[in-house]
Amino acid sequence: MVGVEASEERVQQVRDQLGLNDPIPVQYARFAARAILLDFGDSFWQKTSSLSLVIDRLPATFRLAAAAFLLAAPIGILLGAAAALRPQTYLDRIINVLSLGGVSMVDFWMALMLIIVFAVQFGWFKTSGYGGFSYMALPTLTLCLSPLGRISQITRSAMLDEMNRPHITVARAKGLAEGRIVFVHALKNAAIPVVTISGDMLSSMLNGAILVETVFAWPGIGYLTLQALQRRDLPLVEATVFVVACMVIVVNLLVDLSYVYLNPRIRFQ
Amino acid sequence: MSDEMTLFPEEQTARSQSASRWLIVRGLMRDPVTFVAVTILALVLFSAIGAELIAPFDPLEQDLKLRNMPPMARALDENDSPVGFPFILGTDPLGRDILSRIIFGARVSLTVGLSSALVSGLIGTLLGIIAGYYRGAADDIIMRLVDIQMSIPVLLLALLVLFALGSGFLNLVVVLAIVRWMAYTRLARGQTLALRNSPFIDAAIAIGNTHTRILFRHIVPNVASPLIILGTLEVATLILSEAGLSFLGFGIQLPQSSWGLMIAGGRQYITSAWWIVAFPGLTIFLTTLSLNLLAATLRAISDPIQRERLLRKGPAPGNSSN
Repeated sequence: MVGVEASEERVQQVRDQLGLNDPIPVQYARFAARAILLDFGDSFWQKTSSLSLVIDRLPATFRLAAAAFLLAAPIGILLGAAAALRPQTYLDRIINVLSLGGVSMVDFWMALMLIIVFAVQFGWFKTSGYGGFSYMALPTLTLCLSPLGRISQITRSAMLDEMNRPHITVARAKGLAEGRIVFVHALKNAAIPVVTISGDMLSSMLNGAILVETVFAWPGIGYLTLQALQRRDLPLVEATVFVVACMVIVVNLLVDLSYVYLNPRIRFQ
Repeated sequence: MSDEMTLFPEEQTARSQSASRWLIVRGLMRDPVTFVAVTILALVLFSAIGAELIAPFDPLEQDLKLRNMPPMARALDENDSPVGFPFILGTDPLGRDILSRIIFGARVSLTVGLSSALVSGLIGTLLGIIAGYYRGAADDIIMRLVDIQMSIPVLLLALLVLFALGSGFLNLVVVLAIVRWMAYTRLARGQTLALRNSPFIDAAIAIGNTHTRILFRHIVPNVASPLIILGTLEVATLILSEAGLSFLGFGIQLPQSSWGLMIAGGRQYITSAWWIVAFPGLTIFLTTLSLNLLAATLRAISDPIQRERLLRKGPAPGNSSN
């Protein structure tokens, strides 16, 4: 903040101003007292309210997470269901290896490879920055791979359990169409673990996209977190962690509420 | 013969048990996917142990004349004719051989992955079986801690702790152990809860075993196998986390090297020298994918019905519309 050549006196003066020379418990008490009022102090780096800095970055993160989630969830569920309907076939095994590939994906490496191929070689998309489709395509693709794999894995195992249960036999016996059996009778019952993992994935995309946002210089919360950490900007770090924790809580709440809709038995407990 | 053994498991002697285990291993290796995964992991492990023996070049030797050489290029002598062993995967901006650096990097990445998985596994399992066995206040406290930690994203928490502690090899292992223990705790608790009410635990209490003895002699062996599978998955997750943290500059620090750090180093050269980024990342991907495939196979053989299917040759015909 004061530059590398600043005198020791100047450094101490600034540290005093920022309260960084006080004992840790005192600093913590001051932080807690303010945090209750949603005041995290001004960012050392930008000199404005750190909470509003974080909130300014929310739309970018929401856009990216929503796009990646809308790509990952339907494809993941379809692949997982397809694998579960034909267990132990080549289709199942190919889907299994592909979805494990998604789970094992090194996302920041994938991001760089996609940039090399589609942005540098072909020039179809932009390498980095914030904007419309040509900016969003590559980060979205990178970000959706790991959730896609996980959702497909969980859907497969939940659907496998479900398809072997007696009510499916009954549904077949009374002559229901296979599509109706799969999508209404099996998939809805198998939905609870799928919704749980999808919620986890959504919250990890909302706040854990640090690597992908950094590689694509996407101005979201993840990129901001890294910038704050690199600049040792404590108030900004505190504000990001607070906002991230809030988003996790909201997503978890929505997931819990969806259980009530998906399984009416939970309502009466 | 193997059919007989699985039909009457209680009649197995120690010898036929080890024989049937051998049959399972042989049967699994016939599965091409598992075979490839195990081979890759064996290669990585061998590289980590015997890096000095198999690396074609010194991973630290710099030569700016040889910077950013493409894969398969060779050094040139005075007459511009190629000499020496080729740089199979090319060289980096300081003229170091990428293959050799990947081989030596295996040591760092594997050590971080395995040791933090071991530490977090021990802590997490212990807390989990305590919570599941004693229930009550211990259970409440431990599980609330798990809930709190579950709500903070792993990478963010790891970054924060490294930010406070400073980066480096040892801190990295500690941090990764801290951020991943709760996965084991949840699993171990669930398994212990299921075991807690079974008759053999009641019997063990009735004949006067101490709780410690019951925990370690009766509970631990019975909850071990799902935890080992989880551990395999966790090593993959931890290798990925290490790579990500090192890439961001919060993990392994220079002059040490790891796969994640190699990718970070090549990032500014992606337009001119793609191989600097491509091969270390591919190594990480193949390693984690193999670990995930191995865990999937282990999970399948721990389930007797699935094991029978796997041991049959190839996938069974589809039973889509039965």
